[in-house]
Amino acid sequence: MVQSLDRSQGRAGSISSGSANTHGTFTGNRALQIEEPLIFEMGQAGRCGVDLPEPPPKSSGVKDRLNGLRRKGAIGLPGLSEPQVVQHYTRLSQKNYAIDMGVYPLGSCTMKHNPRINEKVARLPGIGDLHPLQPVSTVQGALELIDSLAHWLKTLTGMPAVAMSPAAGAHGEMCGMMAIAAALEAKGERAQRRTVLAPESAHGTNPATAAALGFVVKPIPANDRGRVDLAALKAALGPDVAAIMLTNPNTCGLFESEIVEISKAVHEAGAYFYCDGANFNAIVGRVRPGDLGVDCMHINLHKTFSTPHGGGGPGAGPVVLSAALAPYAPYPWIVKNGDKWQIAEDGAKVDGMPLGRLKAFHGQMGMFTRALAYIMSHGADGLRQVAEDAVLNANYVMAALKDVMSPAFEGPCMHEALFDDSFLKDTGVSTLDFAKAMIDEGYHPMTMYFPLVVHGAMLIEPTESVAKEDLDQFIGALRSLTAKARTGTAADDFKAAPLYAPRRRLDETLAARKPVLRWKPSNNPPGTDPLKQAAE
Amino acid sequence: MRYLPLTDADRREMLSVIGAKSVDELFRDVPASARLAAKVGGLPDHQGELEVERAFQGFAAKNLSPAAAPFFIGAGAYRHHVPATVDYMIQRGEFLTSYTPYQPEITQGTLQYLFEFQTQVTLLTGMEVANASMYDGSTGTTEAVLMANRVTRRHKALISGGLHPQYRSIIETTAKWEGFTANFAKTDAEGLEDLIASVDRDTSCVVVQNPSFFGHVRDFTKLAQACHAAGALLIVVVTEVVSLGLLMPPGEMGADIVVCEGQSIGNGLGFGGPYVGLFATRDKYMRQMPGRLVGETVDADGQRGFVLTLSTREQHIRREKATSNICTNAGLCALAFTVHLTLLGEAGFARLAELNHAKASQLADKLAAVPGVTVLNDSFFNEFTVKLPKPAAEVVEALAAKRILGGLPVSRLIPNDPSVANLLLLAATETATEAGMDPLVAALKEVL
Repeated sequence: MVQSLDRSQGRAGSISSGSANTHGTFTGNRALQIEEPLIFEMGQAGRCGVDLPEPPPKSSGVKDRLNGLRRKGAIGLPGLSEPQVVQHYTRLSQKNYAIDMGVYPLGSCTMKHNPRINEKVARLPGIGDLHPLQPVSTVQGALELIDSLAHWLKTLTGMPAVAMSPAAGAHGEMCGMMAIAAALEAKGERAQRRTVLAPESAHGTNPATAAALGFVVKPIPANDRGRVDLAALKAALGPDVAAIMLTNPNTCGLFESEIVEISKAVHEAGAYFYCDGANFNAIVGRVRPGDLGVDCMHINLHKTFSTPHGGGGPGAGPVVLSAALAPYAPYPWIVKNGDKWQIAEDGAKVDGMPLGRLKAFHGQMGMFTRALAYIMSHGADGLRQVAEDAVLNANYVMAALKDVMSPAFEGPCMHEALFDDSFLKDTGVSTLDFAKAMIDEGYHPMTMYFPLVVHGAMLIEPTESVAKEDLDQFIGALRSLTAKARTGTAADDFKAAPLYAPRRRLDETLAARKPVLRWKPSNNPPGTDPLKQAAE
Repeated sequence: MRYLPLTDADRREMLSVIGAKSVDELFRDVPASARLAAKVGGLPDHQGELEVERAFQGFAAKNLSPAAAPFFIGAGAYRHHVPATVDYMIQRGEFLTSYTPYQPEITQGTLQYLFEFQTQVTLLTGMEVANASMYDGSTGTTEAVLMANRVTRRHKALISGGLHPQYRSIIETTAKWEGFTANFAKTDAEGLEDLIASVDRDTSCVVVQNPSFFGHVRDFTKLAQACHAAGALLIVVVTEVVSLGLLMPPGEMGADIVVCEGQSIGNGLGFGGPYVGLFATRDKYMRQMPGRLVGETVDADGQRGFVLTLSTREQHIRREKATSNICTNAGLCALAFTVHLTLLGEAGFARLAELNHAKASQLADKLAAVPGVTVLNDSFFNEFTVKLPKPAAEVVEALAAKRILGGLPVSRLIPNDPSVANLLLLAATETATEAGMDPLVAALKEVL
């Protein structure tokens, strides 16, 4: 018999029993915000969300050829019907912020509009359902598609070659740095050139990649304009240096104005110039990295070319290569032989000295398709406009907030506006508190505490996808929050934020100290486990 | 341009607020020599949605869709039916257009499904802890070797001849450039390999695949014991994750790290990617894992919630001391996996596995009856190897000319090795039908 509700829908809603519901409703829900258990707390044996035909009975003569290794115990998966599964994941989706909902100004992450035509073409029969190892004669269109994207990437960057297979930006970094190691080896200099220079403002992946390949990472300082200190760089260059890893525009949202001198000095010292292309979206169509002396650069298709971030992947990180590094590009790549497309795969007789293979099959085809659709939709004219609007939006944010917040550096920025936390001095409000208060105002916070070279950094990247009226409301919200913080009496309000999100601030220390990384029946406090309750 | 909201009037007004005369002024830090005065030349201008879609239909028309032909290719990527619900769910904008869940208060949706995903992965593999996914099975396998090197502080990995050749190739590449030793056992088409005698006190790990690349199903319990006796880790790779619905999980055999290609569940073939790597291990190695982890905690009101955790392993915190340079995982592909597996549940997943095995058994029996064809496998799940009287590459091309996608010639992935020239690898999943098998058999009789 159904009893009256105990404010948790009869489900395990909390680790600590008794305080599961602070919303004052009987269910623990708040209108459209519905509390949702884990699937493992909902399922029942005997339910299934798919209908599959009956396997042939044992007596049919079909032999079991499992070498006696048939699974003995149950797996422990819950059973749910299709409508339950749809409701479960729909409810979960409603606990997420997303680009589709509004301004998502995460600096360095480039949260621009994700067009749905890209999703549609990625799923076309004959594209989305191809097997990667079909005979090449049956996938000529797929190879042509990859080559079309490769052509765009090479032309937009002014580089002669591209390796398409890396699965994400960091994977592309690995590919590019391996190509540099391969080039050094071919010159007999690999043992001698062990140092990689990277600015302190670099993405964490840069030093992690270089270190994985056995390089010693040496930081190079920035000048007071937020750019690489050219004199310090020149002093650091020597016969031990393999490469510099430099993001441009850099992670402060600034173009490295001495980039040509930098690349000249790097090359004169016999080193290579790795460019982290995470911020290529700021300059696409206006600057070709090849004209800056770059030797290799990965392109995050999920940033510049708008393949969806998907809650943290999948990404794709093709790497464009200079003539000096092109011979070392990894397998596979697409070649045209007469009117036939072919794939150069491991063991193929090719020119050059491929560094090996980084990924099974041919790369992130689904991302190639989406990126190419985005590129074709914009065209050469639209991509230039993308960069201009992204830079215009960021500078507008900077201009509209510089009197109340504290810009980290002077002068125009590129695609993102960087502030430090000096405007919050003596208010008792931290960068984190300020960001969490933005959540209650209906915005995803900007990137916080990155780059590390700026105290309490707040990095705002509006992208070209935000309309002026939406940007104005966003700016208004930040001005209001700033004014509130500066009253000096609002610190408690800020520290309490967010109040209206699906969850309030989460205890990350507890999560790390006592890691609970999977559901187990014993995770639920006594008396709240619905499975046990059902059993009783 | 339909994706760009700013009008020329907006742009003028914004420039006046900024105090700049033109957008060019905002690009003044770009050296003059590198400024492009106009759009990049030699590329077409923007196109409408209709034109773009038409162009992609043009690409598609030049391919042979597996839906339009009898289809028997596997080799690390498998054609399964994906319920419509899965593809609908992953296209919800709240999932599709969200970032990595660094702000847990407004990304509980992503965090909770990843927690469910991690739990599902531990259950399937029989392991204790799993991460929030890797790029795919192939890159995950190399990460497992690197992790074993860290755990054991040894630098010599032993790689089975039954491991997918491209996975072997990635390990070889990584070993060369990151600086460790990888010893590769010779190709094991017969499924008779025994690596126990090769494990010694310098071995960091042994990497095997189950079912192997050639389809053989093996019990690695004794190998696990030998590894542990020598202080090495056993890494078991599973490229067909549906097999875990029917087979003893690697965790029960004593595996220390299990890596799976998760594509079969929820993710289409997609010409090779994006896929999703599953990565699971023992609790004691938790802090040596690569990739993101989601953990349970409570919020300021004491309500259960989820966060990214143990991030002191990761590059954005540890930089050059991180366990891996990985930043991205395969979030949306992990969601597809989780939704599909949740739809299947215990009963559906086991039945799916039974069906796959039954279809493959049926195909093997039909092919064994073709003159000149020898089935090499005594054991298999949904994929097996046959020996033909002539080079398999020619046979596959001849079949393709008849619009039959009749398996993978092993020589495509293991070139320059005469011993595999006549070997053909075939898979049959629940999508295979008798109406597809019979034309394959008939065509083979003609071609051979």
